[in-house]
Amino acid sequence: MISLPIFLILSAILFSLGLFAVLSRHSMILLLIGVELMLASANLNFIAFWRFGPHPEAMTGALFVLFSIAVAAAEAAVGLSLILLIYRHLRSTNPKDVNSLHG
Amino acid sequence: MNSLSEIIAFLLISSLTLGAAIAAVGLRNIVHCGLSLAVFFVGVAGLYLLLGAEFIGFIQLLVYVGAVAVLIMFVILLTRPEDEAAKLPGLRWRQLPGVLIAAGVFLVIYLAIMRSPSLLRDVPEPAALSIQAVGEALVSGHLLALMAIGVLLTAALIGAALFAMEGEDGK
Repeated sequence: MISLPIFLILSAILFSLGLFAVLSRHSMILLLIGVELMLASANLNFIAFWRFGPHPEAMTGALFVLFSIAVAAAEAAVGLSLILLIYRHLRSTNPKDVNSLHG
Repeated sequence: MNSLSEIIAFLLISSLTLGAAIAAVGLRNIVHCGLSLAVFFVGVAGLYLLLGAEFIGFIQLLVYVGAVAVLIMFVILLTRPEDEAAKLPGLRWRQLPGVLIAAGVFLVIYLAIMRSPSLLRDVPEPAALSIQAVGEALVSGHLLALMAIGVLLTAALIGAALFAMEGEDGK
């Protein structure tokens, strides 16, 4: 019962949830949460393919997830500091308020 | 990988992960969204452990639950609008396009998975991911990527610190 397709479907559901959050929630923080959800679902795919793939001893998927986690951490730090900066200028975290080129 | 206890563990962890993810994108109070995101990260770490990638699971716990979730909570609390108790608007008809696009993407991925019978091939459980092997692979075959990640993290954190500092001197 526990095989590769189950994990792929689970991560597809997580990806769609993240995509929904990015497309239609009105807060930049929730947008970032959606991006984190999509990244986690991609990482889950990598680990599942590593576990059920033909050459697990090469550890390609696991190493890729390590690098992906590092990139995601950098992305979260920069994204959150940008949100803080925008909040200082506009007193809002709604992406619809960020519509002028002169802050 | 198919003993009863493993199936029960998978069902528990995956339902926890899914529920936390739905809560993280769907709740109206943004503080609750951030807390659900932390639960979601714990669930994903549990899935990694279940798949036999212990090291990755612990790294996920350290980096995401320990750092990213706390960072997001900090920003949520720092940017809370004082007047309206940080409530977001709930689901509206305006958000229907987003729901439809997300459902369409899920449908395409689902059909692709269902039409690939080769994914069902049963494989023996690989040897557990040893930290020594990961370390040796990192500093031998993937040394350049490791260096690049180091530079990227340094640059990103300096940039984040600069952004966060800028407003303090009244600029």
